[in-house]
Amino acid sequence: MAADAVAGLANQAIVTDGMRYSLFNLIGQTMRGHRGWPRAWRDPDPKAGYDVVIVGAGGHGLATAYYLAKEHGITNVAVLEKGYLGGGNVGRNTTIVRSNYELPGNEPFYEHSLKLWEGLSQDINYNVMFSQRGVLNLAHSDGQVDAFARRGNGMRLHGADAVLLTREEVRERVPALDLDNARFPVRGGLLQPRAGTARHDAVAWGLARAADSLGVDIIQNCEVTGIARENGRVTGVETTRGHIKAGKVGLAVAGHTTKLAEMAGLRLPVESHLLQAFVTEAIKPMVDQVVTFAAGHFYISQSDHGGLVFGSSLDGYNSYAARGNMPAVEHTIEAAMSLMPSVGRLRLLRHWGGVMDMSMDGSPIISKTPVEGLYLNGGWCYGGFKATPGSGWCFAHTIARDEPHALNAPLSLERFESGHLLDEESTGPFPNTH
Amino acid sequence: MRIPCPLCGERALEEFTYLGDATVKRPAAEETDPKAWYDFVYLRDNPRGPHRELWHHLHGCRAWLEVERDTLTHEVFDSRLARERGTEAK
Repeated sequence: MAADAVAGLANQAIVTDGMRYSLFNLIGQTMRGHRGWPRAWRDPDPKAGYDVVIVGAGGHGLATAYYLAKEHGITNVAVLEKGYLGGGNVGRNTTIVRSNYELPGNEPFYEHSLKLWEGLSQDINYNVMFSQRGVLNLAHSDGQVDAFARRGNGMRLHGADAVLLTREEVRERVPALDLDNARFPVRGGLLQPRAGTARHDAVAWGLARAADSLGVDIIQNCEVTGIARENGRVTGVETTRGHIKAGKVGLAVAGHTTKLAEMAGLRLPVESHLLQAFVTEAIKPMVDQVVTFAAGHFYISQSDHGGLVFGSSLDGYNSYAARGNMPAVEHTIEAAMSLMPSVGRLRLLRHWGGVMDMSMDGSPIISKTPVEGLYLNGGWCYGGFKATPGSGWCFAHTIARDEPHALNAPLSLERFESGHLLDEESTGPFPNTH
Repeated sequence: MRIPCPLCGERALEEFTYLGDATVKRPAAEETDPKAWYDFVYLRDNPRGPHRELWHHLHGCRAWLEVERDTLTHEVFDSRLARERGTEAK
């Protein structure tokens, strides 16, 4: 009976009352046994049409809708989601936030995103548990130390923060590291103190609540099956819940971007690949930062719950399976053991795979497309989470003004054709090498 | 995932490296239209389902293979030597 009551409640279109979360409200609700909390967002049926339809209620889609309403006053917006809100890659990542890129086309964008992260909890009145615990990249050779010095200088020239650490300074900060691994000894590191982690689900929920309170309709269980066009212009989308008219359509479906773009007749410089991630059982505080082991793409941090969260390279072949194979698991565990031999005593608690939109140069796309009224946000490779607010902010600008902001102009779809690639790792047009 | 090599039989994934989509066609060397090169170098169909792709049996017989594999289930349907490809229209 209780289950029926809950289902009945969910089916009603209960309007949230725009309650701000505060200590005062928390005390008031505590006195009333927590029975008076309103829904965090509505569950509306789709209207016949919207000014803007965003496909994908993940972090980027919800952030886009939020900034469309907040920065551009466009509130007649729907966010369509084929599954449930936050059920894609925003709920399947390792929660790292950083802006330690080198290229002029990337670093200003990621630094803008990091600045938005710094005020996000206050801005959307929802605690996303953004923790600026620092991201430390380890260097294993003198050449790598020099490369990190160059990267750190590049970051600082763009207004980000970066500190080059000696081997002893690394040892003081992360005592659990084996600095004398025979093959990959640690020579030093590059620390970005303002980088860190955030609670990924809270990011999706907080942005959903904030967008909803500004009038955005978030429509779940609504899969887009076609993109309607007339004379080369987008007129709406076909969905499992009927046709929805739209003045503009924005795609934010990283992992499946090419499938959606195909509905509008576009082929993209993107392949879908597989990345696995791991969480151990919870232990007492051991790793205070995010630490990356540059020799193996390996990265590790510790969640507030105590589990070590880590991952490394892609499996390396095209895949939509969202589950991986053993060679990548072995590679990751070997990197973990090389870097921190003590983790060998731990048991794995969870392990999962996600579908990554790997672009041909390893950098994302926030862009207009050759189809008028259709906008593209994708190609996030395995770095989409950190970009969530910046991506939404830039994508909202691109959709509202029909032109990119200076921050995302270099992230255009045309850059592949014009040769203005943003290939941070200089590995060429092979998505599995980025 | 295991890949059948026509020369060595079914072998573990670790023995292979991956190049990518086997259906893209390199334009003729004298092709001067940048669009044709853009297509070849950057654009992919990225199917969700059967995918023809090039694998290198690097830590085995070093043969290049064309493998047909499902990107959704990782099931491998077919594998043959890359030098024998193009014998039927694709």
